Amino acid sequence: MLQFLSSNDFLKIILKIRNVIAENKDYLAALDAAIGDADHGINMERGFDSVADQLGVVDVNSSDVGVILMTTSTALLENVGGAAGPLYGMFFMNMANVCSGKNIVDSETLARMFEAGLESLREIGGGTIPNDKTMVDTLFPVVEGMKKAVNLKLELVETLKLASDAAEKGMNSTKDMIAKRGRASYLGERSRGHIDPGAASSYLIIKTIYQYVSGQA
Amino acid sequence: MIKLGVAIIIVSHSNKIAEGLKELILQMAKENVKVEAVGGIGSDSKALGSDPLKIKENIMKMSSEDGIALVCDFGSTILSAKAVLKMLPEELRKKVVILDTPLVEGAFTAAIEASTGASLEEVVKSAEEARSFHKF
Repeated sequence: MLQFLSSNDFLKIILKIRNVIAENKDYLAALDAAIGDADHGINMERGFDSVADQLGVVDVNSSDVGVILMTTSTALLENVGGAAGPLYGMFFMNMANVCSGKNIVDSETLARMFEAGLESLREIGGGTIPNDKTMVDTLFPVVEGMKKAVNLKLELVETLKLASDAAEKGMNSTKDMIAKRGRASYLGERSRGHIDPGAASSYLIIKTIYQYVSGQA
Repeated sequence: MIKLGVAIIIVSHSNKIAEGLKELILQMAKENVKVEAVGGIGSDSKALGSDPLKIKENIMKMSSEDGIALVCDFGSTILSAKAVLKMLPEELRKKVVILDTPLVEGAFTAAIEASTGASLEEVVKSAEEARSFHKF
């Protein structure tokens, strides 16, 4: 079982995320149609298509993990419309900064990468906290779960299992929330009853990393 | 040749809005101010959205100015602008401000103020007063 993730692993994971996003484009669009402007699916697909294009010209053998994630960040910043662009773009940029120069990443580093990514989301979102019905509801428990796993010295795959389960629970918890950020917040009480599309795309990303590490995908 | 002062960067989801507003305020300010427009994503800027890296590029272009005021429409353009602030070197970041003001009235007021040679603080103050403008 994998103990570390290399640049090549990250490249494969990001390309799998691209496929998962494409497969779930309509699902994300439907979630966004309920409380937003229905563009999250198409925006994310467009963004990750361009990530795949830009990673296609990166020489993975001479690139550290930071380069892979910074390339991902740049493509998302340039090509994703809507709030997801700056949010995911900065998320990946902050992750990249933590692992700059590293050719392999262990659970502990991965946890720090996600923590730094989460921090950037909360900051540019203007102090987003759990319960605002956003990506943070998925990613906050992911970071907590990863930190816990690191303290317990769990294997990488167990760490990601914990993270993925926490992400799923976090995503589902957004269903009963009233949106406090973004376009959905204008709906007030009417935003209740729908899963937040950003929380859903964040879950898909975490789940894909877990599936890769556990050999399921 | 325009002397150094406060430059304005208009950020909209729409390239047409950003470019149209730039044209409007340059005419109103008699071109005595530097204005850049950023809007749309992708290589042709046709899709709606705002690209933080394009905003950054424009800020870098005007980095020798006394100050740079960003005026955004709403939602993700604000997030993009905030993301850019995090990417700037400390010294430059100190002279970049995101205006909390309506796009058209705010950009207009900021440009007029800036065209008089006002400081960044004065531009911010005037532009943010535009929040309470009445049409009649």
